[in-house]
Amino acid sequence: MAAKEKITGINDVDIPADKLRQMYYDMLMIRRLEEKSAQMYQQGKISGFCHLYVGQEAVAVGAVAALSDDDYVMTSYRDHGLALARGMTPNVLMAELYGKATGCSKGKGGSMHLFDVEKNFIGGYGIVGGHLPLAIGYGFASKYRKDNRVTACFFGDGSVAQGAFHESLNMAALWELPVVFICENNMYGMGTHVKRALAHDNIYDQAQAYDMPGYQLIGNNIFDVYLKVKQAGDLARKTGTPTLIEARTYRFRGHSMSDPATYRTKEEVDEQKGKDCLTVLKDALIKEKICKEDEFKEMDSEIKKIVADSVEFSEKSPEPPLDALYEDVFV
Amino acid sequence: MAELLYVDAISQAMWEEMERDPSVFILGEDVAHEFGGAFKITKGFSKKFGDDRVINTPISESAIVGSSVGAALEGLRPIAEMQFSSFISCGFDQLVNVAGKAYYRWGGKVPMVVRAPYGGGIHSGPFHSSCEEAYFVHTPGLKVVAPSTAYDAKGLLIASIRDNNPVIYFEHKYLYRRIRDEVPEGPYVVPLGKADIKRPGDDVLVITYGAMVHVALESAAKLEEEGISVEVLDLRSLCPLDTEMILEETSKIGKVIVLHEANRSCGVGAEVSSIISEEAFRYLEAPIVRLTAPDTPVPFSTPLENYYLPDEPRVSQAIRDLFDY
Repeated sequence: MAAKEKITGINDVDIPADKLRQMYYDMLMIRRLEEKSAQMYQQGKISGFCHLYVGQEAVAVGAVAALSDDDYVMTSYRDHGLALARGMTPNVLMAELYGKATGCSKGKGGSMHLFDVEKNFIGGYGIVGGHLPLAIGYGFASKYRKDNRVTACFFGDGSVAQGAFHESLNMAALWELPVVFICENNMYGMGTHVKRALAHDNIYDQAQAYDMPGYQLIGNNIFDVYLKVKQAGDLARKTGTPTLIEARTYRFRGHSMSDPATYRTKEEVDEQKGKDCLTVLKDALIKEKICKEDEFKEMDSEIKKIVADSVEFSEKSPEPPLDALYEDVFV
Repeated sequence: MAELLYVDAISQAMWEEMERDPSVFILGEDVAHEFGGAFKITKGFSKKFGDDRVINTPISESAIVGSSVGAALEGLRPIAEMQFSSFISCGFDQLVNVAGKAYYRWGGKVPMVVRAPYGGGIHSGPFHSSCEEAYFVHTPGLKVVAPSTAYDAKGLLIASIRDNNPVIYFEHKYLYRRIRDEVPEGPYVVPLGKADIKRPGDDVLVITYGAMVHVALESAAKLEEEGISVEVLDLRSLCPLDTEMILEETSKIGKVIVLHEANRSCGVGAEVSSIISEEAFRYLEAPIVRLTAPDTPVPFSTPLENYYLPDEPRVSQAIRDLFDY
């Protein structure tokens, strides 16, 4: 069912102009915040692990735009982008990267474990594939309560080799749960190309094994992301049929901050950067006369200011008190 | 008050809680319909509560545990049955990383129970006889209980279902149809974290749990005839541990045996022994004795399994030796 023949364009989706503008804004926010995170990491202000979402922004933003605010979204450890797309504030996110008491997990989670209950962003998860079974539980609860919510579960190509992926897809289809599985195939599990990790690398084909619809989409094309996720979300909501979506995407940076990504050629990376999802949306917004060049500049300076403020907020925020170590182990 | 089998007390606890609270549901391999679980504990549940609340799963422990965590985070109260506790290893990631850390990292409450039929003595070999409790006692954020009587089995299970933390409920397969005692009708709670003195005594204190409680009681009855007064302290909850009662009884009696069926190294006995050494050393009249299974898998052969499991003669001898110290 791969829709490779026709490229989805701005006129194939029914999104009002102000929402399109907002989507660009959200993508740029992710880009700038990630760039700032990298900078602060290199300065030693952020420690531990830090997996950047640069290059994949259209997947998170396009998918979130296609879902309802009540729907649940969850993802792997590369979670900054989806958290922001879902509405986590840059201050709270950056403070968590800093490990400060003002972070979303009071500094106890860090980069890989973001969470925002109010926004129904139900987590970044640090074990590859480990959160897929949770999506089944959320989907089950929605069905049990008949609350009409959909759970969108994002994960990377690395998860597909995990048993939990197969257990979860099987159960979702068997129990007819309203779950949309969104595999962000950025082509590499750490340094291993997907072709060296999966016997069959058209991941969406796995859907056939579980008798559910499967789509491949072009991850740098936000219209394609929106269209397919909307379709899958509507289907899940109406019929309880889960869908597996494979979003072909690419991370411009290494796996984490400590990875120089020498396993990829410069030509390969440059080619992908030439298809940057931000440019794709920007060109469409200009072509359709939704935004002018000046507006992009304004947006960018506004975003840069917000991101800079998030750094200042984080630097000024207190460290968690030592007694917090013992808090919240049990309810 | 009616006497109930240990296994029936477990059924009754779930039945009454499901009647009381619509957010409680059961999932597991073959738990529904005619089968009613490998040990028939949920037989009849499907008819009473329907397919929405008694759910057969594929053989997918990771997804059984993980989906329970998800549903629990959403406010439901799942009871997930592991057909045998050994299979819990397939759901280990979901318990240790997802369930155990949810509250700490973002305040997510996980009111779920994983029922784990464990233990040896029924000739079920290395993959269906082991005791996994220590892995989870070692893990922050998980509660662990292991009842020895029908009364405790019911009350602890109800307390576990109502608790807002993930609880792993180790139910001993050997006790299922061998232990019968008085169980009140209707729901009641045995609080988590409270040990119980199953037999008071003065000379030697045996701290134990699960099936070994009955071995200790057998020894205590036998040794009474020899003039040795043995106290049997049943931990019931392994996490939280009733440190207060452990220390109080140690300070009164002064001679302590920790006894369990699980493997020796880093077992619950090692933890109890350390706590006593650290906090009640001055009350000790002799070194603490650990009686456990050896650090081997559980063998299938009957003589080997009998040799593996601590038994009355060896427990009694250890008590005599400690009494004479």
